[in-house]
Amino acid sequence: MNKRPPGDDVDNIIQLKQAEMASADWSNLLGHLAVKPDKRLYARLFSHFAPKVKAYIVRLGVALATAEELTQEVMLSVWRKAHMYHPEKAAASTWIFTLARNQSIDWMRKQKYPQYSLDEWSETASEPGQGEQKVLSDRIAAAIKLLPEKQAQVIYMSYFEGRSHGDIAGRLDIPLGSVKSRIRLASEKLKQIWGGDRYEH
Amino acid sequence: MNINHHLDDATLMSYSAGSLSQGMALVVASHLAFCSACRERAEMNDAVGGVLLESLDAETIEDDMLAAILAQIDEPLERRIVEPRQAIPSLSDPEIPVPLNEYVSGPLDQLEWKRIVPGVAYYDMPWQGRGVSRLLRIAPGKSMLTHTHNGNELTLVLRGSFSDEVGRFCRGDIADLDDQIEHQPLVDSDEDCICLIATDAPLRFTTLFGKLVQPMTGF
Repeated sequence: MNKRPPGDDVDNIIQLKQAEMASADWSNLLGHLAVKPDKRLYARLFSHFAPKVKAYIVRLGVALATAEELTQEVMLSVWRKAHMYHPEKAAASTWIFTLARNQSIDWMRKQKYPQYSLDEWSETASEPGQGEQKVLSDRIAAAIKLLPEKQAQVIYMSYFEGRSHGDIAGRLDIPLGSVKSRIRLASEKLKQIWGGDRYEH
Repeated sequence: MNINHHLDDATLMSYSAGSLSQGMALVVASHLAFCSACRERAEMNDAVGGVLLESLDAETIEDDMLAAILAQIDEPLERRIVEPRQAIPSLSDPEIPVPLNEYVSGPLDQLEWKRIVPGVAYYDMPWQGRGVSRLLRIAPGKSMLTHTHNGNELTLVLRGSFSDEVGRFCRGDIADLDDQIEHQPLVDSDEDCICLIATDAPLRFTTLFGKLVQPMTGF
């Protein structure tokens, strides 16, 4: 759990240069925004995440002008839904990713991407072991860099290009089963990092 | 809920990646509404998405976007707009998982089931896609012809149960199968078995219950 009281570190974060901000700092910042709307904090968050959200949407294959509009919608919803964010449950980047993913898919398919209830987040937020999300993000980032190229490739094609298993199999000219086993292997490695701390002690 | 059959890692990761078809994503989200173990795994996969987002090189943003957003959030009526939520769970049939709520018009028994053959009926989800996305209702004791899959197939049990070579599947259980598996599901509950199913490949009637269905629907 994030035991620090709100406000404790916000001034420190504000002092940091953009480039010095780590994943945990952005999560703290969004955590403050969740409790109290603050345009100054939002502007910092915007300048970091809006260009990345646009990059994500462009990689999904959306035309530049539309990607710009969609980015604006996603970043607007970051402000409007900030009160639903729980820093102990997910890193800021994770939460913003899910907003960007859902809104991009909704736009591309003209259909709402079926979601499991976000309301349940608050009910399960205090489960043991959920407290180190922000640290975990850094470790997952390191682990993704260490994945063998073939495993990283299918992960990128899934997340950045939105390709189904069948699509990936076709493009790489490999059997469907190979696509799935590559994703499973990658998932297995990431899971060890994810669950490691929790089950060790 | 005691759940014995869970989602495959590959399916869960593609769900978080946003790369599942509408129908497949609906089955996954519905299972996640039942299964806290899979929900935790889904959160990890969402975190992978966050890490990947963070890793991207910045794209140039128009100078006035921030100003435009700040202007929008200053409009008092616009603030804190309540998102259009899915149907309110407390008013709906507890048998129906929340993500499915907005696509069915009422309790399962009151849906307009379309009969295919005696003992087998379906209710299609309201979208066109490459694969199948529907509820299937099968009478007790019905056995399906042995079939394999062309692509992935997800089957979530909402009522009753069935057994096949893999095991017994009850409410909340998910059969997450690919083309490596050949099976012959048999409904072994006293009541009808109702499942939410989806496939991600163009329909070739190698799906669960499909061989039985094929001659009747003329696909």
